[in-house]
Amino acid sequence: MSSPTSTPGGRKRGRNTNPSTPSSEGPTSPPSQRRRGQDSSTGDLMPMPTSPATDMLSPAAPQDNSLLSSPRPSVLPNEVDMSSPLMYGTPSSRVEGTPRSGVRGTPARQRPDLGSVRKAPQVDLQSDADGAVTSESNTGQRLVIWGTDVNVGTCKEKFQRFLQRFIDLTSTEDENAGLDLNEPLYMQKLEEISVVGDPVLNVNCLHVQSFDAELYRQLICYPQEVIPTFDMAVNELFFERFPDSILEFQIQVRPYNALKTRNMRNLNPEDIDQLITISGMVIRTSQLIPEMQEAFFQCQVCAFSTRVEVDRGRIAEPSVCRNCNTTHSLAIVHNRSVFSDKQMVKIQESPEDMPAGQTPHTTIVYAHNDLVDKVQPGDRINITGKISLHRDLNSSSNVPAGVYRAVPMRANPRQSNVKSVYKTHIDAIHFHKTDEKRLHGLDEDAEQKLFTEDRVQTLKELAAKPDVYERLSSALAPSIYEHEDIKKGILLQLFGGARKDFSQTGRGNFRADVNILLCGDPGTSKSQLLQYVYNLVPRGQYTSGKGSSAVGLTAYVMRDPETRQLVLQTGALVLSDNGICCIDEFDKMSDSTRSVLHEVMEQQTLSIAKAGIICQLNARTSVLAAANPIESQWNPKKTTIENIQLPHTLLSRFDLIFLMLDPQDEAYDRRLAHHLVSLYYQSEEQIEEEFLDMAVLRDYIAYARTYINPRLSEEASQALIEAYVDMRKIGSGRGMVSAYPRQLESLIRLAEAHAKVRFSEKVETIDVEEAKRLHREALKQSATDPRTGFVDISILTTGMSATARKRKEEVAQALKKLIQAKGKTPAMKYQQLLEDLRGQSENAITKELFDEALRALADEDYLTVTGKTVRLLA
Amino acid sequence: GFIFNNPNSGWEAKAVEFFKDHLKEKDAHTWVPSLNDVPLHYLKPNSLVKFRCLIQDMFDPEFYMGVYEAVDPSTKAKVLRCGKYKDVTECGVRSLPNTVTAERQTFYCVPIPGENPWVKEISSSCLARVVPSTSYAPTRQKRSYEEDDDMDDMDTQMQREPHTGMSCCLSPQSPTEQHGNGDCKRRETEAPSSQTAPASHLDLNFPLPGEKGPSCLVKVYEDWDGFKLNDTLEVFGILSVSPALSALADKKDASSSLLDPTECMETAEEQRVHSPPASLVPRLHVLYAKPLPHNNPLLPSATLEDNSAFLSSTLSEMASVRAELLTFLTPILLGDALAAEYLILHLISNVYSRRDVLPLGKFTLNLSGCPTVASYTERFYQIIQQLVPSSYYLGMSLQNMNQMRFVPKKDYSANRLVSGALQLARNTSLFLDETQLEQGQLDTAGVRNVTALGNLITWQKVDYDFNYHQMEFPCNINVLIASEGRSLLPSDCQIHLQSQITPPHMEEYLSSIHVHPQASQLNKFRMYLSVARLLNYSISDEVTKSVEDDFVDMRKDDPQSISAEDLHRMLVVARLLSLSLGQTSLSRDSWLRAKHIELLRRSRMEQHTCVNGNEP
Repeated sequence: MSSPTSTPGGRKRGRNTNPSTPSSEGPTSPPSQRRRGQDSSTGDLMPMPTSPATDMLSPAAPQDNSLLSSPRPSVLPNEVDMSSPLMYGTPSSRVEGTPRSGVRGTPARQRPDLGSVRKAPQVDLQSDADGAVTSESNTGQRLVIWGTDVNVGTCKEKFQRFLQRFIDLTSTEDENAGLDLNEPLYMQKLEEISVVGDPVLNVNCLHVQSFDAELYRQLICYPQEVIPTFDMAVNELFFERFPDSILEFQIQVRPYNALKTRNMRNLNPEDIDQLITISGMVIRTSQLIPEMQEAFFQCQVCAFSTRVEVDRGRIAEPSVCRNCNTTHSLAIVHNRSVFSDKQMVKIQESPEDMPAGQTPHTTIVYAHNDLVDKVQPGDRINITGKISLHRDLNSSSNVPAGVYRAVPMRANPRQSNVKSVYKTHIDAIHFHKTDEKRLHGLDEDAEQKLFTEDRVQTLKELAAKPDVYERLSSALAPSIYEHEDIKKGILLQLFGGARKDFSQTGRGNFRADVNILLCGDPGTSKSQLLQYVYNLVPRGQYTSGKGSSAVGLTAYVMRDPETRQLVLQTGALVLSDNGICCIDEFDKMSDSTRSVLHEVMEQQTLSIAKAGIICQLNARTSVLAAANPIESQWNPKKTTIENIQLPHTLLSRFDLIFLMLDPQDEAYDRRLAHHLVSLYYQSEEQIEEEFLDMAVLRDYIAYARTYINPRLSEEASQALIEAYVDMRKIGSGRGMVSAYPRQLESLIRLAEAHAKVRFSEKVETIDVEEAKRLHREALKQSATDPRTGFVDISILTTGMSATARKRKEEVAQALKKLIQAKGKTPAMKYQQLLEDLRGQSENAITKELFDEALRALADEDYLTVTGKTVRLLA
Repeated sequence: GFIFNNPNSGWEAKAVEFFKDHLKEKDAHTWVPSLNDVPLHYLKPNSLVKFRCLIQDMFDPEFYMGVYEAVDPSTKAKVLRCGKYKDVTECGVRSLPNTVTAERQTFYCVPIPGENPWVKEISSSCLARVVPSTSYAPTRQKRSYEEDDDMDDMDTQMQREPHTGMSCCLSPQSPTEQHGNGDCKRRETEAPSSQTAPASHLDLNFPLPGEKGPSCLVKVYEDWDGFKLNDTLEVFGILSVSPALSALADKKDASSSLLDPTECMETAEEQRVHSPPASLVPRLHVLYAKPLPHNNPLLPSATLEDNSAFLSSTLSEMASVRAELLTFLTPILLGDALAAEYLILHLISNVYSRRDVLPLGKFTLNLSGCPTVASYTERFYQIIQQLVPSSYYLGMSLQNMNQMRFVPKKDYSANRLVSGALQLARNTSLFLDETQLEQGQLDTAGVRNVTALGNLITWQKVDYDFNYHQMEFPCNINVLIASEGRSLLPSDCQIHLQSQITPPHMEEYLSSIHVHPQASQLNKFRMYLSVARLLNYSISDEVTKSVEDDFVDMRKDDPQSISAEDLHRMLVVARLLSLSLGQTSLSRDSWLRAKHIELLRRSRMEQHTCVNGNEP
């Protein structure tokens, strides 16, 4: 072929685009076999070992050649009877003479997941190649399954050795929870099978690889042959160890996590018949399809019955009754035939795996037997299976003898031209739901992104630079000018704090995500910043307060029109679990929608009680919100709360609140103008450079989020305590509380995030310093009391500055005095009272202030206000 | 010729290279018949055709038999055949072991949505001159029995240089194959009569309602990663209309119960969509696909950089054409010359780059103050239609907003992307008529549609609906909003029309100005608008400095007078203004002129500060 792959895991596309240019092997060499030969000699797989016993066949290609140059029927010299259902099409018993006594009593079940079993006989390569009779002693060693280099006996032995010896000390899979990691893993699993009685053994391919690379290669290349061999091996081992066990059927091995995990887009003709693991999202599942495995025929004349196995979707109908020799007397009896369950599952590429500007690919997967109905549309799954090929419907031109009931006639029998396209599908052997754990909250590894060593090296080099923090923050949304602190805040938000679990002590999870609110004048590129963040993070969601309802944000229950089944649909907040939810026009959100955020932003869960479904979903999302002032322009004479009119209960849940205002000074203007002009006329190369930055930034963040989990150092803890004490001290001088525990928590999160930026496993003093600075900076912007010019945290925590509160109390007292002075009048006119108070007071009394004073008095149960009348209470 | 008996000759690459070279020649577009203009039943099966189209959907890659073994019925000998560029295999395909499986990609392509009639006329007229009429005339029914003629016909197509190497792919050589081909042809000539029947139940999935034209399944053999959804292409390829392809779909209803269990996975809908009758949706096997930077047939096919003579002559004329166009447009805009100037700027705008999420160069114009009498907006649109290669008029009536599909949506049961009105090719003019909007309730779909329009205008992107998630597709669409007051949609620039005509006389006035200009003048305008959009543009350091100074000065005088956003807009206006005059770099004069017209426009705005809640 034109270009053999040299990069493992690289794109192999196009290798076969030149199919009609055969390689030097010559055009007569059968292509399908040639493919196999290649795979064992090139590519990323281990080269074949050349043990003395197999050295004759080590170069796979020539061996194949010699084998296959003869026409097909004559290749089968050792034709054996393979009709026994116990055979899996692999005549193992003949090779080894395995004592089957232990297996007796437990029926084998067919494995439709391995597709139409290739009835490949074993060939004695020695005799075939040399034309000589082989000696008894080495026969077993030299037998391989036709078309492969798999020797059943060796393969079985190796797998048994693997089962008996493999120990994984570092196992973190929850499937292995409760197993002793110091004991052979799979032996414990077998024990489990003997207890539980579920005869399925899931085998992690990576374990096989680390144990025996050669065995792994065979498993990947020839799953159709190797897996039945594994089955045999495990059953022998199992019934040897637990001879009294009774299982429903023999144990089936389900390998998963084949290293060749790939994107659907990278599948190419070379992967056919190999074991692969691909990830995707289920988009459709079919109804259950009963598939005939074995047909039952009965003679109409003498009632003699016979069974015929289905081979590749066809049943060879016996034309003559073996008993009475009547021709065409046999009729199929459906309810005595054997069927297995089958389901079609359609999967689509996950959106993250897709190149921009293209539509996602889909692939058909068949699930068999107990894998039927394991997945639902919408699930994200990893499928391990074998990719198979079949000709399109009206292409069945190579018709063997016998009846083919399941295949329709060609549309036009006279026509000899048929479509040249194949259909492909994957026979699923193992499903793994990747988003399953989201409900349980254990998914640290679910998002694991694989980084190449080079990439990790680049990232680490970047992390080692002293100015990495500045570099990253300036790489963030370069089209937006300045606002450096805001970008730094968002950067820390992207990294997030360290997740801590206090559920043991009853406090539950500690929020690790940083929430940020941007407020400011319209047209200060807030939306642009949000759009950027949304595009940067893999699990970002963008929603606008204007058009979104509480339903769109949270989760809702929907009835599937097809199945009439209730389905829980998740909204933006749940979808951005472990990501960032960008909410534009936060101020325009309805109150009910906003109330949902209360729970999300502190407890990080979402409770749903709808249509009989009550559940709590995780929504560990960072919220990045943008709000416009109520008036068209930001009023600098008012506090943040007054400007954006958001309840302080919600505001206090934001770690950082930034104002994006238009600063008015000449130097700034000049830099801004320069920035904008160059933004518009920058050359292509510069733009190119920047895109690179965005990819690096994305990986950097993903890496830090996955692998870096900093802990507070002693000095950092001290620094945090000091910072907090200082913050509280500032206010105490003026009789105000200036910091609450929430602020301390924010500081910790920010410091941790900053440590993550440095790829540091320890939170140090510099992290705390930056957290303090940023926090102070944000407060300076958002919590400055316009009346006094002091930073006053209570603006954000109670919605009012301390001076304003004091003033309200004064007015309330004055009002009370005024009413008391009026003597015993049970009811007063609202307007009258306001005017009286105004007349009496030295300061201007606004209507709002007056209302607040009334409310304060009403809270004291001194009076009530009904419409325009104020009534005193007794 | 079984060339591939000789391995490693690389004949295939050479053949493809040969075609590419020939098709890149200047007059290539004239001697290849086009699917856009020639009715399908006049085209010869297995001949070279071209198709000007938009990639509407991308299907899954398919594996096909790249090389397979067949039995020659006359000699009974086994022969190897090449399956590339073909949909059907020839007789007697034998067992699998001798086949090589290869991969190709299928795109579902439709004619460029909203392509205006003048584009179609001009491109078909320049073609008709050259194409030999023999390949048109449906006289082949007679000839199809004379098998030898097949070769001759083939050669008239490939007359430039018959190359034996490629013929095993392109033209059938063995007698049996010719027979099969003749068979196809006989049926193919009957196609027109049967064409109407399947059309009734097959939705060809055009983005815009009321579109006509063939859609096509385009099979790509190499570099398919380079193509993107909504790309506009000119595809040169081999036409395949074998009835064997549609046989399945026809039989579908009757025989569905007989299906192989492995086949019933595909729903009937999916079958219908992915294997439509070839008489309706032909297959095209790509030899060469050329991305189209524009679809204006008046421009030479070579890029502007390669055609410096054309470029320099056009550039020098641009200022005068611009003046002419301004005179032409002013009466249409009720005598408002400023609005006419802004309209020109809008018509040549183009998203030329993106900085992170920010599209640069877009210039959505909101023309407010449009009269609602005498169907002014429709007449106005007709003028636009005469000027730009593709455009679409969208009346924003409540009914349209609530019922039309704007955003393409994935239909999982048919496994295709159901198109929507916003799936448009680059540089399509989208005319939104807000004067059609009346008071009333927008339902959920309506709100979604309004949001989609807002996203389109602000970010130049459309979020396609994939049911479980959304996917963002960038676009480059010129949106023009005609409204009475300020539009409810965002826009980059709003200009209020200052009518010189009093409403009672409007009808009379409009009918009087509605004269068609001469074709030569129109063509000049069409060229002008397309060229201006393709020009490169730069800004010198010197001018950068003076722009900065200007900005700082303006801010110093009155900080409220100009914001960063205003500067953004002024930079775009300055760019478009320069380009409209044929200047490829910003001059001080153009900058001042841009400032001036912006000032005029803004002073108008202040007179019309009618508050309707749509202010940002």
